[in-house]
Amino acid sequence: MDNSLSPNQALFNFALHMGDNTLIAGHRLSEWTSQGPALEQDIAITNIALDLVGQARSWLSLAGELEGKGRSEDDLAYLRSDREYTNFLLCEQPNGDWGMTIVRQFLFDCYHFELLNALLDSKHEQIAAIAAKSLKEVTYHLRYSSEWMIRLGDGTPESHKRMQNGLDERWRFLGELFEDTETDKVLAEAELSVLPSSLEEAAMNRIEAVLKEATLSQPEVKHFQTGGRKGIHSEYLGHLLAVMQSVPRAYPGQSW
Amino acid sequence: MPVEGSNKTDNQDFMKIFDARIERDEKVEPKDWMPDAYRKTLIRQISQHAHSEVIGMQPEGNWILRAPSLRRKVALLAKVQDEAGHGLYLYSAAETLGIERDELYQQLLDGKAKYSSIFNYPTLTWADMGAVGWLVDGAAIMNQVMLTRTSYGPYARAMVRICKEESFHQRQGYEILLHLVKGSEAQKDMAQDALNRWWWPSLMMFGPTDSESTHSEQSMAWKIKRKSNDELRQAFVDATVPQAEVLGLTIPDPDLKWNEERGHYDFGPIDWDEFWQVVKGDGPCNRERMAHYTKAYEEGAWVREAAMAYAEKKQKRREAAKSDLQVA
Ligand SMILES: [Fe+2]
Ligand SMILES: [Fe+2]
Repeated sequence: MDNSLSPNQALFNFALHMGDNTLIAGHRLSEWTSQGPALEQDIAITNIALDLVGQARSWLSLAGELEGKGRSEDDLAYLRSDREYTNFLLCEQPNGDWGMTIVRQFLFDCYHFELLNALLDSKHEQIAAIAAKSLKEVTYHLRYSSEWMIRLGDGTPESHKRMQNGLDERWRFLGELFEDTETDKVLAEAELSVLPSSLEEAAMNRIEAVLKEATLSQPEVKHFQTGGRKGIHSEYLGHLLAVMQSVPRAYPGQSW
Repeated sequence: MPVEGSNKTDNQDFMKIFDARIERDEKVEPKDWMPDAYRKTLIRQISQHAHSEVIGMQPEGNWILRAPSLRRKVALLAKVQDEAGHGLYLYSAAETLGIERDELYQQLLDGKAKYSSIFNYPTLTWADMGAVGWLVDGAAIMNQVMLTRTSYGPYARAMVRICKEESFHQRQGYEILLHLVKGSEAQKDMAQDALNRWWWPSLMMFGPTDSESTHSEQSMAWKIKRKSNDELRQAFVDATVPQAEVLGLTIPDPDLKWNEERGHYDFGPIDWDEFWQVVKGDGPCNRERMAHYTKAYEEGAWVREAAMAYAEKKQKRREAAKSDLQVA
């Protein structure tokens, strides 16, 4: 089945995947709004949530256009089940404490930053344009999460312990970010996107450098968890979507 | 800066200068001498205002995860974020009066400081995001536009910035309702229900009626406040009734009618028992709002401590590097 993947189908899958990652990551961060550890951090994390949900709108609109069945960004966000969502498992993981959230965001940012940089050269005009706009924002996200990794890793014994714990807990979701799927192969072939595996070295170098400065050690994981891009998620995503989609699901066909 | 209370004759002179400044409608600035009571009143009012912005994030935060479209989600997130920003400006304004932010937080945590009672009501449906923006931000604007001319400079300037954003919030809320009333029967009902629940609490936002208001008279004399509670409440009703008509919604007040002679709308009596009940801590969500705030504050403690510890380490390392250089 995958062998017969058309470029347009692959483009749709990719835009959807990007939209799902940014939407779910942004949604999770928005859970912090009104409960950040300080007012300034409440504002900053909400800002990142805003950027990501904004990016999700661009990607999901593009996905809808590519599909050509008239589905809007909201149809795609609110009327798909968890089995149809293709975000990484990492993005849907619960916030935990502030440290755990920072770890999740940092790992995602390192990947996201490299990917967007690579997408600037996409032969697909809209993909390159969304990437260019997003990259400005994600450059800031990466700086923010890196600074907090270092600040908390090298802060107090307690913050260090929490960060190491967060890292040990979330690391098992990192491998999935660099897996190449059929979609990626089709798009890389056509120079519309790149192979995720090609981003791994640069991303890992950055992660290692930040962990070193943060006095944190890199966890060892025997098996990475995977499945998000096939719609095989953790149990958390169903709950997230049940909340997020509740109003449009309760009042089908209404405009808001 | 003149030291207060050092000398009685001095104080009387300063008082004359202060009164004359107020009389001339000039702003009082942080370095100027001011009577103790003026300073205390301002700290109380500005911090209460700051706390309201911050606690006010919760009722709307309650719908961020359930906003029914991505456009609405982004707009709501941005709005709640603005309120956090308002809190920041206002805490900074309060700090110019010589009080630390941490002390103000502590007063809120200890239940010594108040915040606007309106935020002790629950947000039950999506239409509440419309009603809160339209009515609550709308009522806040009435008060805040007045405060752009308040006698204390930093407070007045904070208000100018805040007012611009508040009127945007109000339009955003109104637009949510405008969309709902054009929708299905269920959506229209949702909008009407939200108006029913938020109308009276919004009128209570202006505080007790003038004859009952304890702080008002002195605040008016000092030009901290420039309009009375009842004047502001009337202005709000007059501005809001036509907007409700455009929406095709009914304001839940059988006594509401235009009074040709007064040139204002008459409205029915406010339930002051309810008002005092909520002010004194027994509103529907007082406990929840404080529990949410306290939990976030406590859970953030290790983060704030670590950030401080790291900043100190960094500072020490910088100093060590500097002295190494000097030795070399
Ligand atoms: Fe505000
Ligand atoms: Fe507002």
